[in-house]
Amino acid sequence: MHIYANPKRFLSLASWLTPLLFWSGLALSGAVVAYGLLPALPGWLSDLGVQAVPPDQLMGDTVRILFIHVPAAWLGMGGWTGIALSSAALLIWKHPLAGLSARAIAVPGLAFTIVCLATGSIWGRPTWGTWWVWDGRLTSMLVLMFLYIGYLALAQATAREGASPRIAAIFGMVGAINIPIINRSVVWWNSLHQPPSLTMGGSAYETVYLVPLLVSTLGFSLLFGAIVLMRMRALVAQQQVEARLRRRALQDEPATRAATSMEPA
Amino acid sequence: MRESLPQWDYVIAAYAILVVVIGALIAWSWYSMRQAEKRRDEVKRR
Repeated sequence: MHIYANPKRFLSLASWLTPLLFWSGLALSGAVVAYGLLPALPGWLSDLGVQAVPPDQLMGDTVRILFIHVPAAWLGMGGWTGIALSSAALLIWKHPLAGLSARAIAVPGLAFTIVCLATGSIWGRPTWGTWWVWDGRLTSMLVLMFLYIGYLALAQATAREGASPRIAAIFGMVGAINIPIINRSVVWWNSLHQPPSLTMGGSAYETVYLVPLLVSTLGFSLLFGAIVLMRMRALVAQQQVEARLRRRALQDEPATRAATSMEPA
Repeated sequence: MRESLPQWDYVIAAYAILVVVIGALIAWSWYSMRQAEKRRDEVKRR
């Protein structure tokens, strides 16, 4: 892991990995979005044996929201897990890029959490009869959104003021307490939200829903990775500019001081 | 009383939010990366 502590080495890896993750992620997630939005498939796809999304017995056509809501929830939670791991790497090993990667993860993590909350609310109206309920799952997910906003504000403020990045890292690790709470909330408390449908032990989804869900999760995860790399490249470039300008200012300072001391009084 | 809601409106609204939010995020991330790397190259050249 410390091999990539060198920004030059990291940038040489990121330069080819960013477009690879981006285009593969866009292709997969774009295909699932098109699949989820098409009421009927074109003939050539039907000939290949691909069938359109059948309406669910209870949820009808709104079951199509599954393909975007669930990956968004997983990536919102996965994002904070990434922040906690990066924060641990910063605090324990003082990895130079760990603080930057945590800051880079926070932005797409927040975006996917917002998508999860918004699409869940839209899905809740026709299926539950309400846009929102203050139950364990929805409330803990809303708390996650505020944690992301707080983390971003804190990380930006510490970077701007030149304070230690460990402050944001500690916040990142403490905030991770919310992740198991989100995960277990539907088991611990009564909720309108369904219990876990996909676990290590098996799946409650039919194959016709499970396959597009897994493809969309893979696609959005690749996009998430590409966005994190883009953010990291931007943050590394900003740091390099600041370092170079600071070095130049220090080099210029003795020359300026000498010139002013030679001026006649 | 059973409420009959137009299900496709909800599906389209959910997908539209996804496309707008993630599309804007990708565009902003790409633009800010390009700007930052361009500025770094300019400062390096000076």
